[in-house]
Amino acid sequence: MTSDTTSRRDAAAVPPIRDTAARRGSVFLSSHPRARLWLLLSAPLTWLVVVYIVALVALLITAFWKVDSFTGEIQIDWTLDNIVTVVTGSLYHVVTLRTLGVALAVTIIDIALALPIAFYMAKVASPRMQRILVIAVLMPLWASYLVKVYAWRSVLSGEGILQWVLNPFGIEGPGYGITATIMTLSYLWLPYVILPIYAGLERVPDSLIEASSDLGAKSWASIRHIVFPMILPAIIAGSIFSFCLSLGDYITVNIVGGASQMLGNLVYTNVGTANNLPLAAAVALIPIVIIFGYLFTVRRTGALDNL
Amino acid sequence: MKLSRLSRGALATATGVVLFLVYVPLMVVLVNSFSTSQSLSWPPPGFTLEWWGKAFQSQGALEAVGTSLQVGVIATAVALILGTAISFALQRFEFFGRDAISLLVILPIALPGIITGIALNNFFRTILGVPLSIWTIVIAHATFCVVTVFNNVIARLRRMGTSLEEASADLGAGVWTTFRLVTFPQLRSALFAGGLLAFALSFDEIIVTTFTAGVGVTTLPIFILDNMFRPAQAPIVSVIAVVMILVSIVPIWVAQRLAGNEKVLR
Repeated sequence: MTSDTTSRRDAAAVPPIRDTAARRGSVFLSSHPRARLWLLLSAPLTWLVVVYIVALVALLITAFWKVDSFTGEIQIDWTLDNIVTVVTGSLYHVVTLRTLGVALAVTIIDIALALPIAFYMAKVASPRMQRILVIAVLMPLWASYLVKVYAWRSVLSGEGILQWVLNPFGIEGPGYGITATIMTLSYLWLPYVILPIYAGLERVPDSLIEASSDLGAKSWASIRHIVFPMILPAIIAGSIFSFCLSLGDYITVNIVGGASQMLGNLVYTNVGTANNLPLAAAVALIPIVIIFGYLFTVRRTGALDNL
Repeated sequence: MKLSRLSRGALATATGVVLFLVYVPLMVVLVNSFSTSQSLSWPPPGFTLEWWGKAFQSQGALEAVGTSLQVGVIATAVALILGTAISFALQRFEFFGRDAISLLVILPIALPGIITGIALNNFFRTILGVPLSIWTIVIAHATFCVVTVFNNVIARLRRMGTSLEEASADLGAGVWTTFRLVTFPQLRSALFAGGLLAFALSFDEIIVTTFTAGVGVTTLPIFILDNMFRPAQAPIVSVIAVVMILVSIVPIWVAQRLAGNEKVLR
């Protein structure tokens, strides 16, 4: 009787190792870290390379082909014509500069708006208020992108709320155009800039700021010399969002930009109306080169880990 | 942090003003959904519930919601698997080309949607010769959703360390048991947050979707874009927007609760 309970208790303490396939797999994996790595990497890497890289490279190669002007079919005929057109065409210069200007303006406006909010959220607000503010910042992200652009279309329209507010002062609203595009894009990407900066500020320990003020630094000096260098990667991470997202946008410009075009529109018209994929691919190279340049420059700051 | 009352006040005011400006356009949408004006003029000339009634009877809108849900759920599921696997690989192993892989994960979202869109359109139609359908949208969405899962999971793995897993292995648990009982519970909220973001990204995506959607496949953003400039349909778009904002409060609240429970002292 006693021995029976003892043996049962032993059985409970050390379950017998069953030689199942799962067990053998587990033993193999724990002794072969490289196999573990390959098992983890194979599926995602295959997916990303096959679906994305192959598609992207194929598109970029198309930039060196041309379209038969009669049939509209793509001819595999190596040529630099499209690249030359894009590099030398004045239309492309103007539109590239305009797009860059818009993306930079949006980024600067967003950082300027995001810094005080993120700072208030992370370092001043009570925990309860903090939670409410995070929700308040996140919620507009869930409203559809299109609906927000459309909302701005109605805000900025001639009979819209902005004109209604400005009327008593006798001021003319911006109407549709580049200013409207910059306003709308800044609005769209603001939460994406606030959140990384807020997260960055959360990681700055209060004790460091207190130490700085104990050592006699004024609040402004603490912010400049302690907080700012620590959150710079987070600010750059936020700027990646606003910059890259603005650079490729064409729908916002269509809806509130009036007649102005950005690089995205040129790509779109070349694919859609003109049915000239090679030229579209060549135009697409411009934002790709700019974005790669930007990512490469900021990589050293560690910003990519803050996205 | 010690700040003068003046600068605290200034910060609070700045926050308040910006948040107010953020919500004005959304409020305009809310008001317009009850407005008798179809051209969305301000101030609204009158009050009506017509659009709310019509929106909930609109076959097109309901079908579009269904399609978007389907795409979002499948793409999120794929992104969760791929994103988790790749975060483990990059966080737990040192190997050549690690930086290249993390760039590869970010690329589909960092490059403009229109480039991803025409690249995939060309890939599916010309290279593979597959007709566009709902599945081509799913594949495209899963590709750029991996990054949100990856970001959340890798951040969690960095914080977790490996000591608990090593303890579990020392006590005799196999790879699967350790994952199921030790690793997964610690990852759960990160997976939830990443999956939520992936779903939101997919649900709202319009540009890549335009280029990868088959004929007759209408996701909610495509429906909205198609109907936005039709005067008879535009107020219905406002109703859909209001509903989406209201529904979104639930997952945000849940995510906040999860984050709050795990919060470390600041």
